[in-house]
Amino acid sequence: MNGKDRLARFLQTDPRDVGCDEAMAVLHVYVELVADDPAAAADRFPGGAVHLAACGPCREDFDGLLAAVRNEG
Amino acid sequence: MDPLAELDDDSAEWLRVLDPGADDHDAGLARLHATLLRIARGELHRRRTSMVAGRELDDLAHQSAADAMLAILAKLGTFRGESRFTTWAYRFVILEVSHKLGRHYWRGAPEPLDDEQWDRLPDRLGVDPQEHAEAGRLAEAVRLAVEQGLTERQRTVFVDVVLHGVPLDALCARDGTSRSAIYKVVFDARRKIRAVLVANGYLASREEEPA
Repeated sequence: MNGKDRLARFLQTDPRDVGCDEAMAVLHVYVELVADDPAAAADRFPGGAVHLAACGPCREDFDGLLAAVRNEG
Repeated sequence: MDPLAELDDDSAEWLRVLDPGADDHDAGLARLHATLLRIARGELHRRRTSMVAGRELDDLAHQSAADAMLAILAKLGTFRGESRFTTWAYRFVILEVSHKLGRHYWRGAPEPLDDEQWDRLPDRLGVDPQEHAEAGRLAEAVRLAVEQGLTERQRTVFVDVVLHGVPLDALCARDGTSRSAIYKVVFDARRKIRAVLVANGYLASREEEPA
């Protein structure tokens, strides 16, 4: 991937992105769905999945909550 | 059907013991705090932050657990049983860890941030350092697009986040605003910069991009 492609990818935005507040409001529900069936989770919360792919801090929170759920059993 | 009526046994037990009328309420609070502290420590360890270490790291874990516990008890009535109680509760402490690390960022910020460091942009985007000429054109094209297309607020936030690598949560702490507000500014800035770059012929429009 060259520099222009990287820039284009970085600037790409998705209108389905629900933003931080909405994604965080359902994070606990989404994480449990992902732990059981990631594809089903993305089907149920497509805008949340898009947001978590684009927003680094929310993705970090998602990763942390998923790790906690998996570690605690 | 009310999801609370179908709670798993563990979640139902948490709700029972966190009821102030329960005989073992104090023990329940202690158990919740110990659980939150364990999650906070695990999360700080998982993030491997270089900003905090040693006793200060454990202080952050204690603060995160304490503040999460207050929030959980205040919002207990909003728990609807859409997830296990523990997953719902862990979310509070994970978000507290993020919030506290964002505030902590400025204590260890290495240097005052200069406004114009566009030569950093290719590196921030992961452009191969061997692509010197392309990197220079790219940085200049974006700089012009920022000047032409963004408001002053969008420009400031874009420069902080993209050129200086300031975490969104650190900007929230500095500006006293929410993560979603900062994210929206960056989201709009990216969209506008892209539109200017397409209009200037630097990037292809989406219709022209290969599938």
